[in-house]
Formats: sequence, structure tokens, C-alpha cells
Amino acid sequence: MALDALLKRCRAWKHRHLLGTKDLSRDEISLVLDVTEDLSGLQDAAPLRGKRLFNFFVEPSTRTKTSFALAARRLGAEVVDFSPSNSSLTKGESLKDTARTIESMGVAFTAIRHSASGAPAFLSRLVQSAVISAGDGTNEHPTQALLDLYTIKQRLGRISGLKVALVGDITHSRVARSNLWALKKLGNEVTLVGPSTLVPKDLDAKITTDFDQALRDNDVIMMLRLQLERQQAGLFPSTTEYVRFFGLTRERLATLRNGTIIMHPGPMNRGLEISAEAADSDRSVILNQVSNGVAVRAAVLLLLSQVTP
Amino acid sequence: MILIKNAKPFDVLLDGGKIKKTGKISEKADETIDARGLIVVPGLIDMHVHFREPGREDKETIATGAAAAIAGGFTSVAVMANSGRVCDDAVGVVYVQAKSREANGAHVYAVGAVTKGLKGEELAELGKMSEAGAVAFSDDGMPILNSELMRRALEYSKMFGKPILSHCEDATLTKGFVMNEGPVSAKLGLRGYPNAAEAIMAARDCALAALTGGRVHLCHVSAKETVEVVRQAKKQGLQVTAEAAPHHLMLTDESLADYESKYKMNPPLRTKEDVEAVVQGVADGTIDVIASDHAPHTAEEKEQELAACPNGVVGLETSLGVVLSIRKIPFARAIDAMTVQPARILGLRGKGTLAAGADADLTLIDPKARWTVDPGTFRSKGRNTPYDKMTLTGRAAHVIVGGRVCF
Repeated sequence: MALDALLKRCRAWKHRHLLGTKDLSRDEISLVLDVTEDLSGLQDAAPLRGKRLFNFFVEPSTRTKTSFALAARRLGAEVVDFSPSNSSLTKGESLKDTARTIESMGVAFTAIRHSASGAPAFLSRLVQSAVISAGDGTNEHPTQALLDLYTIKQRLGRISGLKVALVGDITHSRVARSNLWALKKLGNEVTLVGPSTLVPKDLDAKITTDFDQALRDNDVIMMLRLQLERQQAGLFPSTTEYVRFFGLTRERLATLRNGTIIMHPGPMNRGLEISAEAADSDRSVILNQVSNGVAVRAAVLLLLSQVTP
Repeated sequence: MILIKNAKPFDVLLDGGKIKKTGKISEKADETIDARGLIVVPGLIDMHVHFREPGREDKETIATGAAAAIAGGFTSVAVMANSGRVCDDAVGVVYVQAKSREANGAHVYAVGAVTKGLKGEELAELGKMSEAGAVAFSDDGMPILNSELMRRALEYSKMFGKPILSHCEDATLTKGFVMNEGPVSAKLGLRGYPNAAEAIMAARDCALAALTGGRVHLCHVSAKETVEVVRQAKKQGLQVTAEAAPHHLMLTDESLADYESKYKMNPPLRTKEDVEAVVQGVADGTIDVIASDHAPHTAEEKEQELAACPNGVVGLETSLGVVLSIRKIPFARAIDAMTVQPARILGLRGKGTLAAGADADLTLIDPKARWTVDPGTFRSKGRNTPYDKMTLTGRAAHVIVGGRVCF
């Protein structure tokens, strides 16, 4: 598709910011996926030349930050990086001031990663640039969910009417929330699987503690990273017990039905929530997720650039 | 002499800082207030406010707080002990009183800390504070987690006839909370404070009231389960009273959908069901008192991401309008909850009544006044209100303190 036609298509997008999949309609999610696909056929175009992306990562991250940077550069934009260790935030400057200061240097997009849920929403009320959540607290990680959807579509040929299991620490997972909202809007059936201490009962989804059954029932098995500090917090007794009930072990890998794929947003704890055999098997689309991340984020930047004043 | 004429339910004549008489009065006075269309009630009392002085005068001083009280129709308030320098000794109590006299606004009474430094470890000098004029004791802001200590506080304070005002929160269940725990917090990915954490402590405090015969007053009841705990305790004849804050009578946790810090407080906004239960509790008298939990913060502190910003909203200047806008609470009950009951619980003689000989503290209410909340006009230094731009019905038209027309 030619760039002009693509940009015309982008006009259907109305959001100034991307704070979560919660705020997106079914059509808007489909638009992101379509634009991602169209972009892959587009060579040597730099529609975002002269624009800057502010990579504002208050929490450490390697893959998402790099992915945003690559996405921006691919479309010709510049990237301004922010590292928390030597920033003024550690000198007591507020989030508000840091953001405004950087923004006054002229950025079109701010991708923010922050430990507080809602920090991107807070920021979006204070700045002129388009704010993109790159993961906030335990709330949302919308670009991760969008790239997951894109990956599922690429591999399974469709992105509705599927059965998807999200497995692990749902309570503390922004990836789980963003995927849940997006998957449901597209008409998929989502099951949350995990120890009852780590699965909130109030989310609008099926819940089970029977991982073995879930493995047989679903088209997509999305494993989530287990944070070891949850054990200290008394949410599960030991890692070996966790693996016993919720680890995607070699034995469990063998029980998957034909066609079921394995996903993981990374970084993985190999040998904990996912075994090396499962992570590296031909069912795994984990590396596709990483490469699709760049394409999806480029699509998001392009869409937002059509709205930003 | 001041004559309040044409008020409902009667005229009031004031003389020498006292109420001389009420009824249909035709005597001449030095000053006459035509109160046509207004309702005269005893000066409103807010028994739960935070004025931050001494120590955090940037948030609120006793003077600005006392002025905010007047603007909201309150003639007496009780300040909690958790100011910058904790009020945990007689010096702290005397300081509040001195600043209150200087402020010349609403009467400001001191609530002394239950434990030294609010640390929940050792009893503070309740006796000396009581002698100095403390009206009650509370570690409000912090729960007293140690049940043995709470037991001793209830036993010990009995000697002075002063209640313990309890901040009911099992803090082991509320670590890092930002809002109510429920479907909304699960959806927003925010740490929740479950109803049970409040109800557990309320039930414990009632059991300790039974054990000790002490008087416990449960602050800012927000959960439906807590209302039920209070109801049962009262049925058993325990010396338990309770209060609710206006925001828990009107707003729900749905307000936090956009992560706005103006809706963050402790206890948090609950669900619609809880709001209904708390309103019902106030309406039927299970919850004795309405108090604002006025908690001013600076804009710098509140303008942060939710997890980082402090808990609390201001309330003195909106309390009456909010309460009168809630239809299920009859006017007479609302006024009782802001006059008679707090005066009784805190033992404020001459307050909360219009009887002849009582202090000339009165509030004249225009029950039909429709007004829009504008934090820019607040006398309080705190602008952290959840009611910005909201239209309320009912407000104070005149406020008289000690026979002096202040508003």
C-alpha cells in the first residue's frame, strides 16, 4: 500500500493518547493490526521525519524501550532517551515537572513506563504530546497486547472466536489486563489460570485453577512472568510448588492439542513458569512477539501522529 | 443583644454570648437579622478535621481552618492529633487552644493522641491532656493495631470520661492501597483496601468496648459490613458511636476511573451498595455523626500519580451542601448528626443546643440555595476537593459564634 493511502486509512483513528486497550473499540484494535500489516509492505518511507519520541522509562525495561526506539526510527523519527539512574526524578523532581521539561524540548510522542498504575493517564492531562503507556503499574501495557494479537493473527489466521488462557500472576499483570480487554472486545473467550491468591475474582472472565484442563481446551496459552517477590509476600509457598501446578513443563507441553500456540511477553523465568522445551518448541511464538513489537509500535506512532495537534 | 427574626422554627434572642430565649419574640434588640426563608440550628460541629498546625502550616493553619469552618457553617471543630508535630502532650493541646483564640473563627478543640508520637507503642499522657482540655483521644490516620494497647487505652481513658476515636483499619490487609478493593480496582490495576479490613477492626473495637466498658467512637465508617457491626454493638448496649464522612455518603469508587487523585482518601470511596448502607446507617441513627475528615494537602502533593499522592480531601466548606443534597437523610437527622450528637460524644457543654442559657453559637441555613463548588473561593488552604464544579443545594447563610456574627 502506498503511504498516502495508508495515511488516509489512519484517519479513522481518533485517540490523542494510547493509555490502554480498555479505551479502544473493536474497530480501533483491528485498525492497529491492519496498519501494522500495511506498514510491513512499505519500504523507505519516513512519515515521521522531524518528529521526536520521548522514551520516558521510569521503570527499567530493555525490550519495550528498544522496541519503541526502533519503531520510531523506522518511520524516520528521532528518539530522546530518559534513564532514571541519573535523572532529575531521582533528585526529587516530580513526574509533572520532568515531563513538562522534556516536552518543552519539542516531542511529539511520550512513551511512558512507570510503576504507578494510571501514571500515563495523569501525564496525558498535563502535556501536549501524545502519551503512550509502555506499561503502567498493574494496569495496562497496551502495545504488548496489540503485538500479541498481531502475533496470534499471523500464526492462527484469525483473531476472534479463539479460546485463550492467560496463565500465572494475573493480579499483578498489566499484560494480562491489556490482553483481556482486547481479546474480549474481539470476541475471544478468555480463561484466567493461576493460584487463587494471584487471580482477582472480579475481572470479567472465566477462572480456573486446573491448568492441565486449560491446556487441552485453549488455542492460545499465554504464560506470564512470575515475580519472585510474590513468594515473600505470602501469595504462594514455593517455586517448586508453583511449577507443580502452574509451570508449563515438558510433560505438559506434550498434552497440548494440535495447533495450540505458546506465548510469553518476556522476560522469561526459564524453568519456572515455562520450561526451556516449551519456550523453544515449534509451538512457541515468543520470538515472533518480539519482532512484531517493533511493527505494532510503529503503527501506533503513525496512527497517533495523525491526531496530535 | 441580637435578635434573629422570622427564622424557622422560631426567633432567637442572643445576649452576652448566650441564648436568652427562643420563640415568637417581639423585644427590641441592638441588631436584628431578618432570617426569612432560613432555618436556625445550633452551630454545626465537625468533630473530625485535620488542620496540620503546628508543623505543616503550608497545608493549613488553625486560623485558615477555623475560617473555612465558619464559611461552611461550622462553629466548632475538633482537630486530630496528627499535625506536623503530633499533639501527644498537654503542650500540644494548649497550643491548639491558644491558636484557636487568636484565630477568632470557629472554636477549635484538640483531640490528643492515644499513643506517643502516634507510634502505637506506648500510651500518651491522656490524663494531662484531658486536664488541659483535650475533648477526646485518637491516633487517627493510623490504626492502633495492637489490641492490648487499645484495650488499655479504653480502660484508662474511662477515668477522664473521654472517648477513643478509632481509625478502623487492619493495616496488614491494606498495604499499598490506593482505592477500594473490588471490581473497579481489579479493572484499573490498583491496589485495593477491602471492606473487611475496616469491619475487622470495628468488630475488635466493639469487643474491647464490651470488655472494658470504655467508650469507643468509630471514625469515618465507609463499608456496609462496618455499619452492621455498629448496629449489632448498639443492640448489645455497648458504648459505641460512629461517624461517616460526606464523601462516603455520595461518591463511589467508580470516580477513580481516570486515576484522579482528588478522589483518593482513607478509607477509600466504596461501592454503591456501601454508600447506600452508610446513608441508611446515618438516616436510622446507627451512625450518630457526620464529620468531614477535612484533610488539606498542597497542590504539589496532590498533583502526582495516584500511588504517590497522599490520602485525603477537604470537606469543611462543602460538607453541609453535600449532606443536604442527599435526599434519604432527613433534614432533622442531618442536623442532629452535625450538632447534638458530636456535642454529646465530645461532652461539649452549651454546644449543639438552642436551649436558653446555651452558648450563642448558631448557624442559619438556606436550605434552598443552589450553589456551585469553586475551590478558588475556599478559605481553606486545601483545594483538594472531589466536588469541584458540582452543584449542591443548601448552605449556611449566616454563622454566629459566641454571639458574634462571623459570616
